Amino acid sequence: MTARSLSTVAFAPGVGRPVALRRDAPNASITLRGLSKSFGDKPVLRDIDLHVPAGQFLAIVGRSGCGKSTLLRTIVGLEGPSSGTIQVAGGRSDAGRIMFQEPRLLPWARIVDNVRVGVRNGGSKADARKAALAALDEVGLADRAGEWPSVLSGGQKQRVALARALVSHPQVLALDEPLGALDALTRIEMQTLLERVWREQGFTAVLVTHDVSEALALADRVVLIENGAIALDVAVDLPRPRRRGSVEIAKLEGAILDKLFGDIERPTDESPLHREAVA
Amino acid sequence: MRLDLRSLQSFIIPVGLILVWQALATAGEISGTVLPAPTAVFAAGWRLALSGELWSNIGVSAWRAAIGLAIGGGIGFTLGLANGASRLFERLTDPTLQMIRTIPHLAMIPLVILWFGIDETAKIFLVALGVFFPVYLNTLHGIRTVDSQLVEMGRAYGMSNWALFTRVVLPGALPSIFVGLRYALGIMWLTLIVAETISASSGLGYMAMNAREFMMVDVVVLSILIYALLGKLADSAAKLLERATLSWHPAYLSV
Ligand SMILES: Nc1ncnc2c1ncn2[C@@H]1O[C@H](COP(=O)(O)OP(=O)(O)OP(=O)(O)O)[C@@H](O)[C@H]1O
Ligand SMILES: [Mg+2]
Repeated sequence: MTARSLSTVAFAPGVGRPVALRRDAPNASITLRGLSKSFGDKPVLRDIDLHVPAGQFLAIVGRSGCGKSTLLRTIVGLEGPSSGTIQVAGGRSDAGRIMFQEPRLLPWARIVDNVRVGVRNGGSKADARKAALAALDEVGLADRAGEWPSVLSGGQKQRVALARALVSHPQVLALDEPLGALDALTRIEMQTLLERVWREQGFTAVLVTHDVSEALALADRVVLIENGAIALDVAVDLPRPRRRGSVEIAKLEGAILDKLFGDIERPTDESPLHREAVA
Repeated sequence: MRLDLRSLQSFIIPVGLILVWQALATAGEISGTVLPAPTAVFAAGWRLALSGELWSNIGVSAWRAAIGLAIGGGIGFTLGLANGASRLFERLTDPTLQMIRTIPHLAMIPLVILWFGIDETAKIFLVALGVFFPVYLNTLHGIRTVDSQLVEMGRAYGMSNWALFTRVVLPGALPSIFVGLRYALGIMWLTLIVAETISASSGLGYMAMNAREFMMVDVVVLSILIYALLGKLADSAAKLLERATLSWHPAYLSV
């Protein structure tokens, strides 16, 4: 695809290594080869080749309905591919965890028991509880362990969901717009939290988001999906923690938005804002 | 204990009605053969309680109700679970059950008497048939409407089928199952009253019908009141159970 190769040249790819501080688990790399997925006779993903090195933070952006969620669900095995292969190498067979757009907490289980859902089977109940409490502590909610989920705020619920995803120390964490429903301030807080645990645990992260600036704040690499294929693959080689609104981020953001809206003429009222940001 | 004015307010009208009733009866405005005074009803209750007749009849009725509920509710619950879990099972059994449901179960009384005579089996059968459908339908509905996103989460997080059932599906279906249970309790008493009144040689309904033959209106009224009391008791028990098991539900979060 010409669009892809052009942009690849333009952004001089080179996958940035994450600045990981500590690695508890061996991480898994993800390799998709010729992945296609259709629902009925409606193709959603077409022949996707993608390699995500172990420990990388990958963000997937794209218009609504372009197949981001489908791609993510296929990676973690919630959907089977129509053709092609998915390989999660160097990891356990159940290496991945997914965080959904909604918290999806069990309303009838206490918060600590909700986190315990994420603990792998096999250990004792007491160990599972201890692990759950530790994970809750990590997201700053240890003091709410005995409460019902219904009393938490939206952001707190998502933090519990994050604790549930992290408690088993996954090697791959798939995130499907987990912050989409949060207000701007809570979002930034959650992004900081997410970046911190990723740096601490060093798992391979695949984040689906419709927010390009979120992708650029967090990811080592941003992939743009269009018409079920990869239209853009950009390395974000910027030091962390990243300063929001820095010139480099604004440049990348403008370029990605250009590509996103390019084919349908970007609305003119967006252009001054964009130029201002780049200047 | 918060027994303040508010909770007393709900007693004003019932107590007032009983007082008016008593006053009218004492003044001779209501004939004792139509509606005996509350004191007369109470006296009849005292008399039957002392002779032990009251307790044995209540016991027999409560036992029939319980056995019928256990059998009909148990089968309804099991079939509701099975049909909720398996589409194949539902296709096999649900159409037949829906067909049977169109028959009002009390219409079966003549047939049931022909089959079982007027012994215990007849009453238990009718109660079981009556409670079966509300329990079955609401269990099935509860399971079908469990949040599919939670089920998907459970699967994605590696729950076994059993864990998925006990930790996600059943708790999710519980509110609906309780609706079915409380509805079933109402039908249970109703069925029993009708069945005992028509054909029985013991039980509260029998006590009432027997008293009617001897024109003992006080005992008839007593039986009716005890039926009401038992119905209220069963409903309160179900409510308590519901409160205990659904303490997570925002509707019950009182803390
Ligand atoms: N289970 C399914 N059955 C049929 N079609 C589906 C199914 N899941 C997704 N689709 C279709 O696949 C396409 C891509 O859906 P997907 O959810 O992956 O989009 P998305 O990029 O995540 O969108 P959004 O940003 O709105 O979440 C849509 O057209 C959708 O209708
Ligand atoms: Mg989506």
